[in-house]
Amino acid sequence: MKLTGAEMVLKSLLEEGVEKVFGYPGGAVLSIYDVLYDEPQLEHILTRHEQGAAHAADGYARSTGKPGVCIATSGPGATNLVTGLATAYIDSVPMVAFTGQVATSMLGTDAFQEADITGITVPITKHNYLVQDVKDIPRIIKEAFHIATTGRPGPVLIDIPNDVQADMAEFEYPSEVNLRGYKPNYSGHGLQIKKASQAIEEAERPVIYSGGGVIASGGAEELRELARKAQIPVTTTLMGLGAFPETDELSLGMLGMHGTEQANYAITDTDLLIAIGARFDDRITGKLEEFAPEAKVIHIDIDPAEVSKRVAVDIPIVGDVKTVLAELNQMVKEQDHQEWYQQIQEWKEESIVTQPPIAGKLTAKKVINEIDNLTDNDQVVITTEVGQNQMWAAQYHRYTQPRSFASSGGLGTMGYGFPAALGAQMGNPEKDVFCIAGDGSFQMNLQELATAVSYELPVNVIILNNHYLGMVRQWQQLFKERRYSSTCLRKRKSCPDNCAAPGDDCPEMTPNFVKLAEAFGAVGIRVTEAEDVRGALERAIASPKPVVLDFIIEEEENVFPMVPAGGAINNMILGEGN
Amino acid sequence: MRHTVSVLVANKSGVLARIASLFSRRGYNIDSLSVGTTEDQEVSRITIVVEGDEQVLEQVTKQLNKLIDVYKVSDITNDSSIDRNLALIKVQANLDNRSEIMQIVDVFRGKVVDVAANSLVIEMTGSEEKIEAIEELLRPFGIIELVKTGKIAMVRGEK
Ligand SMILES: Cc1ncc(C[n+]2csc(CCOP(=O)(O)OP(=O)(O)O)c2C)c(N)n1
Ligand SMILES: [Mg+2]
Repeated sequence: MKLTGAEMVLKSLLEEGVEKVFGYPGGAVLSIYDVLYDEPQLEHILTRHEQGAAHAADGYARSTGKPGVCIATSGPGATNLVTGLATAYIDSVPMVAFTGQVATSMLGTDAFQEADITGITVPITKHNYLVQDVKDIPRIIKEAFHIATTGRPGPVLIDIPNDVQADMAEFEYPSEVNLRGYKPNYSGHGLQIKKASQAIEEAERPVIYSGGGVIASGGAEELRELARKAQIPVTTTLMGLGAFPETDELSLGMLGMHGTEQANYAITDTDLLIAIGARFDDRITGKLEEFAPEAKVIHIDIDPAEVSKRVAVDIPIVGDVKTVLAELNQMVKEQDHQEWYQQIQEWKEESIVTQPPIAGKLTAKKVINEIDNLTDNDQVVITTEVGQNQMWAAQYHRYTQPRSFASSGGLGTMGYGFPAALGAQMGNPEKDVFCIAGDGSFQMNLQELATAVSYELPVNVIILNNHYLGMVRQWQQLFKERRYSSTCLRKRKSCPDNCAAPGDDCPEMTPNFVKLAEAFGAVGIRVTEAEDVRGALERAIASPKPVVLDFIIEEEENVFPMVPAGGAINNMILGEGN
Repeated sequence: MRHTVSVLVANKSGVLARIASLFSRRGYNIDSLSVGTTEDQEVSRITIVVEGDEQVLEQVTKQLNKLIDVYKVSDITNDSSIDRNLALIKVQANLDNRSEIMQIVDVFRGKVVDVAANSLVIEMTGSEEKIEAIEELLRPFGIIELVKTGKIAMVRGEK
């Protein structure tokens, strides 16, 4: 059967079992949108910005485990995907992005809406393609999904010139891929796994440091088994939240720059660090020489390039986390580490993160604690924006389920959380989706309120409104003598030049988030009193419409613990006083 | 330290840009690079000479291996291999010194491939050191133009 290139794209997507695509039309994808017009099996979600489409596809992927798909036109449409691709790439999220391109005869002529998107995205995609012959479309799409979802997952971009979308050829979807240069290795080396099991047996103060790779591989169950069998405490990265239940006695919470005291102390004192699907990011390790200084290191990861990249590893195991852990669990003996466990309990009792919120004050902690109280983790997805809101969302909510949390960890993309929440809601229609946002970040993709309203997505946007670009303000407060340079979001022309102190006579915040929500046809609720938090959240959860909750929180609330950049991770600032 | 990295890649557009990008993002300057097809039409070999510390190079090698279009990467710096560079050197020459220049070329087993009234073009193949050495000896006569290829290399024996 002969099909046009555009028809092949659609057929191939159906072959791959794709149900939702996020995108935005334009001249160079006219043919693709034409075939989408009357296709009942594939729902296209029109976002209001291509960046929104990319993040929505990403949120869909992180919350479901299925690849996210997005489409954009050539030129500006394609470049608008760039931040979304970079965000997905650094966090290893499976995505396939389609872009239209000018006709092959016009390539390289600076034609209308031409941008070299394959050139631009070389360093931020796992792979990309410029399709030059319609016959290649089925093979390329098959390969793209294979590459995006196997090994270390990541985004793949396919750029299809206008004329190739219209050209016709015989369509047959390949059943296999044959990529000479791509054969990820899933099973770990047996001898190495044995060595790891021995090291675990000999360790007195072992710690598991688990990252996003545990979730990506679907290995959360195996991780739990390992931890419980050998009684090893577990700390997770931001990307790894949910891989291990934070309600479990063995959980240390998150580690790193804004990690818990117990996690960072445990890393410093451990004699065996078991890194699983994690990559020793600088936000995790702080000063490298003082990261797990006494420990033997086991590192399990599917990506050989991650092994010994930043930290010398004693027992590297290159392979799929789930597969390797399953094998390791067979060998590991039951153990307990009473003394170590006691020590950890002591640290936990003193931890500031676990203290209840200050009574009567509307703080971020109060809001997030209430969300935690009101919901079951297996019934929610929480996405975050970037900044203090993100760290509070990570610290104060207890995650117990993989894929219940989506946040831009590696790139730290403001504007990620809200569109990602829409993607997560699309992929999990039965769940309550919360986007924990900052008043700054939300403004980076708030146009997607129109998408949320149009598609009747009942997401809840929790704005922790501190009237500041809070995380930057925190750094200015701590390291730049409170010189609040361009971080106050209420600042007007009439304000004094160098204001470092919010007060009662400050101008009103713009925008008015409640009116903004209403203008889009969503619900807006402002909360200024601690006692109203619960009621407002209940109203939002019950609402079939998208809700924007504007929580006016303490202006200068800070994120603690905090390890100053480049410092040792056991050297934490625990509060204003020190 | 200087490394010679030999990379087998798919012979298609865009591959070189991907490889170059892995070096440039780390601020590495590629000293020399040569690309050509191999006995298999669909495969090209890229030989890259680059200066860099051991650890960063190991990381670049691993990243190269991750590229879908890269089939094989070998750091052949310490392997026993045959290395060749080709240089064309245009040097000022007149009747008085022409024979002196030709003697030098002879010693290095180079070739004179063009003779003009005031210049000679010399073709030279060999290791980098050899080419550098003749360059040094010819400099006093006045080098008008110098063109060098990147290094190509082949590991000895069956490997
Ligand atoms: C796109 C982008 N631009 C700039 C930054 C730098 N940045 C990191 S956190 C932050 C402040 C975010 O403010 P807000 O969304 O209000 O969150 P808060 O920290 O107040 O919770 C900024 C500007 C970023 N991460 N992303
Ligand atoms: Mg803020």
